Amino acid sequence: MTARVTVEEVVRVAELAHLELKPEETPAMLNDLNAILDYVAELNELDTVGVTPLAQVSELGNGAGAGCLRSDQVSPSLDRAAVMPQAPETDQVFFKVPKVIER
Amino acid sequence: MSSEAKATESFVEKPKSLAALRAGIQSGSTKATDLAARYFDRIAAINPRLNVYLSLTRERALEQAARVDEMAAKGDPLPPLAGIPVGIKDVLVVKGAPATAGSKILEGYRPPYDATAVARLEAAGAVLLGKLNCDEFAMGSSNENSAYGPVRNPVDTERVPGGSSGGSAAAVAANMAVATLGSDTGGSIRQPASFCGVVGVLPTYGRVSRYGLIAYASSLDRVGPFASNVRDAATLLGVIAGQDPKDATCSPAPVPDYAAESDKPVAGLRIGVPAEYFAEGLDPEVRAAIEKGIAALGAAGCSVKPVSMPNTKYAVPTYYLIATAEASANLARFDGVRYGYRSPASDTLSDMYSHSRDEGFGAEVKRRILLGTYALSAGYYDAYYLKAQQVRRLLAEEYLRAFNDVDAIVTPTAPTPAFKLGEKTGDPLAMYLADIYTVTASLAGICGVTVPCGTTAAGLPVGMQVLAAHLNESTAFRVARAVEDAGIY
Repeated sequence: MTARVTVEEVVRVAELAHLELKPEETPAMLNDLNAILDYVAELNELDTVGVTPLAQVSELGNGAGAGCLRSDQVSPSLDRAAVMPQAPETDQVFFKVPKVIER
Repeated sequence: MSSEAKATESFVEKPKSLAALRAGIQSGSTKATDLAARYFDRIAAINPRLNVYLSLTRERALEQAARVDEMAAKGDPLPPLAGIPVGIKDVLVVKGAPATAGSKILEGYRPPYDATAVARLEAAGAVLLGKLNCDEFAMGSSNENSAYGPVRNPVDTERVPGGSSGGSAAAVAANMAVATLGSDTGGSIRQPASFCGVVGVLPTYGRVSRYGLIAYASSLDRVGPFASNVRDAATLLGVIAGQDPKDATCSPAPVPDYAAESDKPVAGLRIGVPAEYFAEGLDPEVRAAIEKGIAALGAAGCSVKPVSMPNTKYAVPTYYLIATAEASANLARFDGVRYGYRSPASDTLSDMYSHSRDEGFGAEVKRRILLGTYALSAGYYDAYYLKAQQVRRLLAEEYLRAFNDVDAIVTPTAPTPAFKLGEKTGDPLAMYLADIYTVTASLAGICGVTVPCGTTAAGLPVGMQVLAAHLNESTAFRVARAVEDAGIY
């Protein structure tokens, strides 16, 4: 858990996240990530063998905070005519994007 | 105050209470339309100095105020927030109004619907003044990460208002709204409320619908109110809380009359004080103020006893792994396709995604997306994300155990008073540590209230955090009210 992140890894993770780091941004980001990862490595001091991960809290407090599913019925959602004008490029039915593959 | 302190400007002005404003509107001595106009005048006069509002919803406000005046003129019974001017953090959507989340990537976005909490405020008669500045996607502890410039603290304009809901806290402190809504993922309501000297509420996870809240970390995000006193904050929570079919994590538990609950005396309540929240790094003036607050609770008839929470120091690293992992997934939706900013110069779809995100997101958002993506990536998932979730359970259990013995836990809300603009911007870790006392309650899903509890010699506010068990907001309000009534602030 104390692995040092390399420049290659930062570039790879940026690709995964669809972020494009400029070459001049990469060194500072690398430093920050390593500093943060060094810090979170403190968690290794804790023995968590056999501890069930807690992904969300609705089970706590005897389920006091548990949510509730609605009945599975079709009901109107937002109107397309209200939604589509928010898109950067649209024909009011579909979202338009640059080409995906070269012909 | 020293002459040095006087060189900075102060814009502090306490709003009238809900009860006083409502009585005026009911009797006709105050017109809701005049009240709204007065607030817009004050905003126009001082917003250029404080940068609290990003946009105003004047037309909608004046229509609503006119409706309230009409009801009052007819002698109709008025809803609980009739004519009350409120502001909304810009991570909650208001139909037709800009919703930037403090980010360039949402420039131009006009959502076609209202967040549930916003709709409930308006249904209760509130007048929506506008949208409030915040850290980009609610990621920050100083409001310096907003793409639209930092908010300045009304107490001292050289200092930050805290974050991420800096605009929501500052608006109440400077009487640019009577009350506001914010969001709290790791402390984003409590810490700025503390820095600006107002009341802020962290409702139990699931107490208030997240529908219409632009997501940061979905297992942690809460919507909650800011107000100038505890009773008003309790009234607001009563209005926005309760089940919502549009948020499956929203609790169906009945909503108590929180304002009436906050009136109840505290004598006999058991108050826990965790030593771990008073350790190294706590500003001595903050400590002194909180100790006074604890003494006041003792004098009001509470029994005060120590509680032990040895894992507290692991909360910040746990929080930053979980929050960034969830953020990396939530922020994948900002891709330049359906709304917001699209980079103009892209030949392929893939380039369009990455150019739009690169140009649209600020440095802290990128940092958190990268950290979260790294923590979730193959080979690191177990070591980081799963480990953090295991520690999250240990931290939550520590609170649950403590609440077997005490009714509420009190701590400082933040380790220091408001710091200066620029003081921590160069060091992400130092900024993360501003959340050291707030993140554990976020991870555990419990509720809390921060209440002003004194000032430093320089006149900077100090907040006391009052925490209570899941869905026990009533107790947190009662205890906060006792601190408020002690008149330490």
